[in-house]
Amino acid sequence: MFEQQDPNLIQLNNAGQLKHFLTTEGLSRELLTEILDTADSFVDMSAQQVKKVPLLRGKTVVNLFFEASTRTASTFELAAKRLSADVLNLNIKTSSTSKGETLKDTLMTMEAMHSDMFVVRHSDSGAAHYIAANVTPNVAVINAGDGRHAHPTQAMLDMLTIRQHKGSFEPLIVAIVGDILHSRVARSQIHALRALGAAEIRVIAPTTLLPRHIEALGVKVFTDMNQGLKDVDVVMMLRLQKERMQSALLPSEAEFYKLYGLTEEKLKLTHPDSIVMHPGPINRGVEIETAVADGPKSMILKQVTNGIAVRMAVMSMSMGGQMTEQQAERQSETGE
Amino acid sequence: MNIEIQNGRVIDPANDLDQITSVFISAGKIAALGETPADFNADQVIDATGLVVSPGLIDLCAQLREPGYTRKGTIASETAAAAAGGITTICTPPTTKPIADNTAVVDLIQDRAKAAGNTRVLPMGALTQGLQGEQLSPMHALSQAGCIGFSNVREPIRSSLILVRCLEYAATHNLLVIFQPQDADLAADGAMHDDTTCTRLGLNGIPESAETIEVARNLLLIEQTDVRAHFGQLSCERSVKMVMDARERGLNVTADIAIQNLLLTDENVSGFDPNFHLIPPLRSQLDRAGLRQALLADGFQAICSDHQPHELAAKQAPFAATESGMTGVETLLSLSLMLVEQELISLPQMLHKLTAGPAAVLGTELGALQPGSSADICIFNPEQEWMLTEQNCRSAGINTPFLNYPLKGVVHYTLLEGQIVFQQS
Repeated sequence: MFEQQDPNLIQLNNAGQLKHFLTTEGLSRELLTEILDTADSFVDMSAQQVKKVPLLRGKTVVNLFFEASTRTASTFELAAKRLSADVLNLNIKTSSTSKGETLKDTLMTMEAMHSDMFVVRHSDSGAAHYIAANVTPNVAVINAGDGRHAHPTQAMLDMLTIRQHKGSFEPLIVAIVGDILHSRVARSQIHALRALGAAEIRVIAPTTLLPRHIEALGVKVFTDMNQGLKDVDVVMMLRLQKERMQSALLPSEAEFYKLYGLTEEKLKLTHPDSIVMHPGPINRGVEIETAVADGPKSMILKQVTNGIAVRMAVMSMSMGGQMTEQQAERQSETGE
Repeated sequence: MNIEIQNGRVIDPANDLDQITSVFISAGKIAALGETPADFNADQVIDATGLVVSPGLIDLCAQLREPGYTRKGTIASETAAAAAGGITTICTPPTTKPIADNTAVVDLIQDRAKAAGNTRVLPMGALTQGLQGEQLSPMHALSQAGCIGFSNVREPIRSSLILVRCLEYAATHNLLVIFQPQDADLAADGAMHDDTTCTRLGLNGIPESAETIEVARNLLLIEQTDVRAHFGQLSCERSVKMVMDARERGLNVTADIAIQNLLLTDENVSGFDPNFHLIPPLRSQLDRAGLRQALLADGFQAICSDHQPHELAAKQAPFAATESGMTGVETLLSLSLMLVEQELISLPQMLHKLTAGPAAVLGTELGALQPGSSADICIFNPEQEWMLTEQNCRSAGINTPFLNYPLKGVVHYTLLEGQIVFQQS
């Protein structure tokens, strides 16, 4: 009953190119590698005197942030500007009662302004899918984080950082540590790492911060950090929100830090060449020790730099995919 | 008015009847089956050759949205939709606005239903005032006004003491209590079954325990108070097993399952389609298999639609922000026929769950075709194909995943108390 339609097909055009970027789930290794390669070329460009390319010249990119964010919003803005797009930033406060109407009305307003791309962050899982399915054709949607579901550009900038330091994914043991339950970053990282062929993906957290049957996503579950960090090549820390203490998921920040905080001591358990990553903003002394965050293994600032390149890559690729689709439609209309 | 229904395959599960014969209707009642009664002159003859003639369907849970939510549907629109689906009796939960905890609302619902004249409507009353779980509703007065049973729907009664008193009071007056079990804390903010798909989609989950804990507590208190009780829309295999065990121990409890929980699973949610946003949620494959197993073992008495029409805007949002529920009265028969097509049960067994089964739950004489019964009849072609579309849909809501889905089972006539209330054009 009901053919299981691949929900991720919505982000590809008939030629298999990106036309939206909603999730890393279901994307092929080739496509993910293409994103990384494209991003790499933009990394080189950022180091040059003139940092702009005209790939999105004449296009309007709207940053629709229904949830507060400084770093993601600003790197998207910078990425769009380096691609020569016109950028409009909208921070929209949503009240929980009128969420649905607000989102739909906002979209219709934005469409009327003839935008070419929406960059969307929303507190509801599936919001980016909803928008992609309901906006007029030819508008690309980039997911900048939806609920606990996906944060694909964060995952891809993490992948780029890993590839820069480790070369290939096949031999790697990667551990994701902390609040997996509420993390869209963790889910997107897991899908990307699997597609790129990482040898082993681990999640390390207390049971209260693990979603049910997370192992079905292809990860090994550890509740003991000392066991979980053994021989790990890449440690990916997650941010712990203060609210978690109030909702009886954890007894205290101190206890969490003692058991799951990344310290220099615990880092000794990992592979000698290991690297440490964090999507930011970091809580020093809650999930990570200052000495580790600022230490030689830390890639945290590198991640931010890579974030701009990855966002430029998916924005230009999605726009390219939209244009290819439009061209194909025009050709079929004229009967060519 | 006398009607003769000729030559149909008459299936009356209450009387174990399945044969090609004629049905004679006089003064709103079944006059006879088979032989033409003396002095019977048909004013109208319905040729039912090749069609099934069954008692009108009884739907134990359909929301009619009136009073209070007429943007989603009205008693007139939803009962018309139900009649087109072969349903002649609807039980409707007290989740109106104002809530059906007073006789004025119950009277209004019944008056509107009578005026519409499409189906019989049996309101459920609120078990507690305002469904707040704190004070008893005037159950006796509501029962006198026509309430068939009493439910707190999925609103919590946190105090077990208050619940005991509700059950004791209902038992005093021999009233039926209907549980739609869900622990409010465990289900809080949940949008779907808590399992792999939920983890993948990053939605808040509703674990099985949200239902099973309530079923367990309720069963213990049913036993203690000896109240007549029914469980509506169970979704977990474990819940049904607990109710079956209780029946074996002699408890007077029954249960129904919404048809969608017998056909679909949580994996259907994987594309974020809000039409699959249902409470109780679609459960795992194991649960669905368990429910289907229980169907074979007669582990529950009825299949219902759990009909919940919505206006378009209610479903136009990201999954968790949409309102839960799907429409079902127009597709209840066709979807139930899938269980026959899948060779799980026979056509008479399936019809039992839509007629005699729910009638027994309610303790009514309806849902049967013997002489003297109310002439509530559904005449349908089980093989004929059709599709529910935005154009032919009679419900005010089109929120069902089965819109534009190929279905089998077309209703040709629906009769309520001997009156043709629906006829296929």
